[in-house]
Amino acid sequence: MSAAHDDHHHGPAKGLSRWLYTTNHKDIGTLYLWFSFAMFLLGGTFAMVIRAELFQPGLQLVDPNFFNQMTTMHGLVMVFGAVMPAFVGLANWLIPMMIGAPDMALPRMNNWSFWILPFAFAMLSSTLLMDAGAPNFGWTFYAPLSTTYAPETVTFFIFAVHLMGASSIMGSINIIATVLNMRAPGMTMMKMPLFVWTWLITAYLLLAVMPVLAGVVTMMLFDVHFGTSFFNAAGGGDPVLFQHVFWFFGHPEVYIMILPAFGVISAIIPTFARKRLFGYDSMVYASASIAFLSFIVWAHHMFTVGMPIAGELFFMYATMLIAVPTGVKVFNWTATMFRGSMTFETPMLFAIAFVVLFTMGGFTGLMLAITPADFQYHDTYFVVAHFHYVLVPGSVFSIMAAAYYWMPKWTGHMYDERLGKLHFWMSFIGINVLFFPQHFLGLAGMPRRVPDYALQFADFNWISSIGGFMFGASQLILLVVVIKCIKGGPKATAQVWEGAQGLEWTLESPAPYHTFTTPPDPKLIHAQ
Amino acid sequence: MLPKAKLWLGLVVAALMTLSTNLQAAWELNMTRGVTQISRDTYDLHMQILWWCVAIGVVVFGVMLWSIINHRKSKGAVAAAFHESTKVEILWTVIPFIILILMAIPATRVLTEAYDSSESDLDIQVTGYQWRWEYRYLREDANEEEVAFYSILSTPRDQINNDLPKEEHYLLEVDKPLVIPVNKKVRFLVTSNDVIHAWWMPAFAVKKDAIPGFINEAWTIVEEPGIYRGQCAELCGLDHGFMPIVVHAVPQEEYDAWYAGQQQAAAATRAAANNVVTLSAALEQGEEIYNRICIACHQANGTGLPPAFPALAGSAVVNGDVEANIRLVINGVPGTAMAAYGRQLNPVELSAIITYIRNSFGNSTGDLVQPADVNTILQEAQ
Repeated sequence: MSAAHDDHHHGPAKGLSRWLYTTNHKDIGTLYLWFSFAMFLLGGTFAMVIRAELFQPGLQLVDPNFFNQMTTMHGLVMVFGAVMPAFVGLANWLIPMMIGAPDMALPRMNNWSFWILPFAFAMLSSTLLMDAGAPNFGWTFYAPLSTTYAPETVTFFIFAVHLMGASSIMGSINIIATVLNMRAPGMTMMKMPLFVWTWLITAYLLLAVMPVLAGVVTMMLFDVHFGTSFFNAAGGGDPVLFQHVFWFFGHPEVYIMILPAFGVISAIIPTFARKRLFGYDSMVYASASIAFLSFIVWAHHMFTVGMPIAGELFFMYATMLIAVPTGVKVFNWTATMFRGSMTFETPMLFAIAFVVLFTMGGFTGLMLAITPADFQYHDTYFVVAHFHYVLVPGSVFSIMAAAYYWMPKWTGHMYDERLGKLHFWMSFIGINVLFFPQHFLGLAGMPRRVPDYALQFADFNWISSIGGFMFGASQLILLVVVIKCIKGGPKATAQVWEGAQGLEWTLESPAPYHTFTTPPDPKLIHAQ
Repeated sequence: MLPKAKLWLGLVVAALMTLSTNLQAAWELNMTRGVTQISRDTYDLHMQILWWCVAIGVVVFGVMLWSIINHRKSKGAVAAAFHESTKVEILWTVIPFIILILMAIPATRVLTEAYDSSESDLDIQVTGYQWRWEYRYLREDANEEEVAFYSILSTPRDQINNDLPKEEHYLLEVDKPLVIPVNKKVRFLVTSNDVIHAWWMPAFAVKKDAIPGFINEAWTIVEEPGIYRGQCAELCGLDHGFMPIVVHAVPQEEYDAWYAGQQQAAAATRAAANNVVTLSAALEQGEEIYNRICIACHQANGTGLPPAFPALAGSAVVNGDVEANIRLVINGVPGTAMAAYGRQLNPVELSAIITYIRNSFGNSTGDLVQPADVNTILQEAQ
C-alpha cells in the first residue's frame, strides 16, 4: 500500500511559509477550498443585503446605487470567488490521488495560480470602500452601462477580472497537463473517475473562453481610458457586440461551473447506492457533447436584442438540444440508484438533492430556450430562479456533497453526521423557500435587479427573503462541522465509505502529505 | 420532525402570515394570458412546455423516489450488478429528442408570427433614457404638429421612502401614459439615448431591448381597451427599478380625439416659449419638475449622491453664471447620467427648473430665468 511509501522526512514546512511557498497539491487544494468558503460567506453577505432590502416594498436599508453594487458584487464573488475556486480546490486535492499521481504536473505554477486570487478579490472588494463605490452594472457588465456610464472603479474591476482569468488559465493548463501525462500505469482514459473526466473537459472550456473574457474587458478598458469606441454607438461602435463576446465566454462559463459537479455526483451516488455507475461511457460522451454545445448557444441570453429570425431559431434549436445529453446524465444517475442498496449519509443527501433540484433548473432552462416564451421570462425573477436552481442546489450542493464525502480523507476524522444532516435539511428547505417563489414572481412580471417592486410582488418576496436568511444562517453550521472535523472526531478508515471505489480510498486517512510517489498497483485500478 | 419543532415552525409561519396581511398583495402564480393573439399563443406555449416538464419530472422523480423508498440498505436491499444497457441508453436519447421536436414546432410558428412587423397602422418611436421613456408618434406628413412626450414614474418619492402609504399602482404609474388605439397594428421602433433599456409590456408579450445606435422593431394588436402596466427589463443604472411603462389602449375615436388634443397642446407649448413668467410660478413649476425628474440623482435636499451624482446645494455651476447653468442643463454632461434636457423639456419647463435650483437647497442667487433666455440658447444650439 502507498502508506509504506510515505516519506516522513518531507512533511510540510511550519508556520505561514508552509502556505505561502507550498507546491503540494493537497496544501494548495486546502487553500483554494478555504478561500472559496470565505468568498462564499462574503458573497452570501451581499445576498443577505439584497434579500433584506427586498423583504418589503419601498426602500428601507440601502439606496438603489448600493443595491446595484450588491447584486453585481454578489454575482462576481460567487461565480469567480466561490464556485470556480472550490472546484479547482477539489481538483487539486483529488485528481492526483484519483489517477495515482504524486502531485500536479506544474506545482510552482499551481502555487501562483492560487496566490493571485486573494489579491484579485482584495482589489475587487476594495472598491466598496472607495468614493465612487463598487461596480454597479451587474455581473454581466453590459456596455455602455459598464463603460461610458460606469463608476471610476470599473478599472479595478477590469484588472481584477484579468487576474482571475490568469489564475483560471494556469489552473486549467495544470489540470490538463496532469491528467494527460501523470496517470498511473493501467489508468487508461476510460478508467478515469468521471470527476477527472469532467474536469479535463472543463479545463479545455476554461482555456477556450477565459481569453475571450480577457478580450472583452480589455476592449472595455480601451473604451474607458483610451478613447476607442468598441461599444460606444456614438463613436460607431456596437453595444450588442459586447453581449456576443461576453456570452461567448459566459455560456461555456455556466458549464465550467456545472461539469465538475456532474463528476462529483457521479462519484457519490454509486458509493451510497453500492452499485456501479450506470452508463459510464455515455456519461463521458454526454459531458463532451454538453461542452461542445456550450459554444453554439450563447445568444440564447440575447433573444430580445433584435437578432434576425434565423439567428433566433438557430440558437433556440441548439439550446434545446442540450436537454438531450443533460437528460442522459439524470437518467443514468437515476438508473444507478435503481435497485441499489442505498444509505443516506450527508453526501448522499446533498447528491440526491442535486439531482432533483438541478433537474428542476434544467426544466426551466428548457422553458427559457423557447424563444417566444423567453420574451416573457427574460430579465425577470423567473431567470433568477432558474440560474440559482442550477447554481446553488446545483454547483454549490455538489461542492458541499464533495466536502462531506472527502472530508474524512482530508482530515482523518469523520465529521459530525448529526450536524451534517442538520446542515443539509436547513439548506434544502431554505433554498427552496428562497428560490421557488421567485418562479412565480418572474411569471407575474417582476423584473430582476430592482431594489423595489410593485405591491403585488410583496408576499412572495418576503417568503423568499425568509428562505434566504435561513439558507444563509445554515451555512454557519457547515463552518462548525468543518472546524470540528479538523480538530477531531472518530478516526476515519482508509475506505471511509463502505461502497467507495477508487485509488484515493486505498490511501490511509488522512491522506499522507506525499502520496503515490511510486505508482499504485495496477490491480487496484478498476473499471468505473 | 419533533413535535416541538413543528410547534415552532407553526408559530413562525403564523407570525409571518399576520405580517403580510397589511400589504395589498396578490398570490399571482402564473404568466399573464394577456390581451393579444401573440400573448395568448405565448401563454399556451409556456403551459405546453410546463406540462411536458411536469410529466417528465413525475416519471424521473417517481422512479427515483420509488428506488429511495424500496432499495435502501436498511430494508435489506441487495445491489444489482447491471451497469449499462445500450438499448435503454438509445431509448432515453431518442425519446427526449422527439419531445423536443414536438416543442420546437409550435415555438417556431409563434416566433415567426411575432417577428412579422410588416404593414403597421401606426408607428411609435420608443426611446429609453435614464430613467424615463420617450414616445414619438411618427407622422405621415412632416408639416403636421408632432406628438412626442416623456413618460416618467409618478409615484411620489415619499411612498418609495415609506413616509406615505403605498397606493394601488405603486411603481407602476406614470405621469403621461402611452395611448394607442385598439384593434390596430401598432409598431414600436425601440431605441435608446444612453444605456441599454428594455421595453416590456407583459400583457402584449412584447419585450424588446432599447439599444443606443440600433432601432429594434416590435408590434402589437391590442384587442381589449384598458390600462396595461409594465417595466423596464434591462438593468440601466440607478433608477432601473423606477421606470415603468403604462399603456392606455382606447377605441379609435377616443384615440383620434386624444391625438388631436396632443397636437393642440404641442402648438400651445411652442407659443408659450416667449411668455414672461413670475418668480413664484417658476418656483412652483420648477419644484414639481425637480421632484419628478431630478430627484432620483440629485436627491430631495439637493445633496446628490457624489461623486457620480453631484450636489446642487452649494454647487459652483448652480451658484455661478446663469448662462453656463442653462447650457449645462440643455446639453447635459456627456458620459454621465446628466442627460441633455434641451431635448426633453420645453423652454418654459427648463426656465422653471433652473430658477428653482438656483433658489433652493440654500442656493439664493435670486435669479429668475425666463423662457426666452432658454429659447435663445436652444436656438443657437440648433
